[in-house]
Amino acid sequence: MDIIVYFKEQNQQLYGFIEGEIDTFTAPKLRDELENIKFNENRDIVLDLSKVHYMDSTGLGIFVAFYKRALREAGQVKLVGLSIRLRRLFEITGLSDLMDIETDKEVEIN
Amino acid sequence: MKQLETQYKKMLMDYITYQSEKNLYIAQNFTRQLIQKNVAPEDVVGIHKNVMKEILPQTSNEEQHAYDFLIEVMVQYGMTHRAHQSLLQKQAEYDMEMKIAADIQKTLLKTIVPQLANVDIGMVSIPIRKMNGDYVHFLAEDKKYVCVAVTDVIGKGVPAALCMSMVKYGLETLEYTYKEPPYVLEIINRVIEKSVDDSMFVSMFYGYFDIQKSTFSYASAGHEPALHYSAKNNQFSTLEAKGLLLGVLPDTKYAFNEVTIEENDIIIIMTDGVTEFRFHDDFNARDLITTIIEKNKFLSAQQLCTLLYEQIEQMQDFKLSDDFTVVIIKK
Repeated sequence: MDIIVYFKEQNQQLYGFIEGEIDTFTAPKLRDELENIKFNENRDIVLDLSKVHYMDSTGLGIFVAFYKRALREAGQVKLVGLSIRLRRLFEITGLSDLMDIETDKEVEIN
Repeated sequence: MKQLETQYKKMLMDYITYQSEKNLYIAQNFTRQLIQKNVAPEDVVGIHKNVMKEILPQTSNEEQHAYDFLIEVMVQYGMTHRAHQSLLQKQAEYDMEMKIAADIQKTLLKTIVPQLANVDIGMVSIPIRKMNGDYVHFLAEDKKYVCVAVTDVIGKGVPAALCMSMVKYGLETLEYTYKEPPYVLEIINRVIEKSVDDSMFVSMFYGYFDIQKSTFSYASAGHEPALHYSAKNNQFSTLEAKGLLLGVLPDTKYAFNEVTIEENDIIIIMTDGVTEFRFHDDFNARDLITTIIEKNKFLSAQQLCTLLYEQIEQMQDFKLSDDFTVVIIKK
């Protein structure tokens, strides 16, 4: 089980595509990738989770940390393409009221 | 070293004379002895060089120089070997410290399940690794009330255990606010938010069961919803209350709800280790839990907890992926 993370910049937005399973073992890689992102007032960050098949609470911690950093550094973050299962995880934890989250919307990039 | 050299000399001479398997076997055992005594590889070559000079004095100077060269080559091996040895020792020290930390955690975070006259309480909390990321805290007075906090720290190992101690001491200093679930969560949230790093947080379900009034009020900080089994209606309902995880934002407010608890009703509070079935995609864990409880509702609270654990562990092929905690309160 592994995870793939890659980025594309388009129309003033930085798209991050995350594919695979986010758990205790793959979370450090995702954290490193997200830590490298520099927030910038003129650029939104959109993370596409439509190809994330599983995420545990460690994974959730990565997104919370990323969100908190975005708050401090005035960055805009949006999570898109969440499966019902993932969305439920964000709902139970109260994070869906806090973060900008969209379900089942895949980002199309040329 | 002199003694080793004498032993080596005898072994080498025997081998040169007989060249038997037995001689080689003796040499292998000798190597074990060398490793045990921490003799470096370059020293072994040094021994060989000295012995060769003794038993074959006619060896040329060139050959002796060649041995010196080999000794130099072996020095790096020796250093790596010593580094490895020192790592092994460190590893053993860490293991020991982890064991001590786990023992301290067990003592510090030991949950005592209250034994009350009119309420039956049971609990199972099984860590997946040495340190438990789940913690249950009770506060009770017989015939009056029982409070329960079920918590799950995200982040594992030692940092999670330290964070958990903070939660415990926070809960112990609640004094008069214990009757108000939202206050409890707000206080603990402030304690945690100040002290943990960005990727660590805690989920908590807090319930206050007023035994005299037969009401159960509860609030949740990003925790798995609890279940309420109504014996009268033979029905389950979800005890949901919206609220953010503890430790994310400093001034989070929490809402609470209240239900009436009647004779033979059951409350089931759990962590996500109970409901999460990683390898069963479309599986509804709550259906399984309610079925087990409904079928076995006449068992004691403790027996129900144990049964849930056994059946869910079996369903998951004995490979649970998270700490497993369930608390059952029966009236």
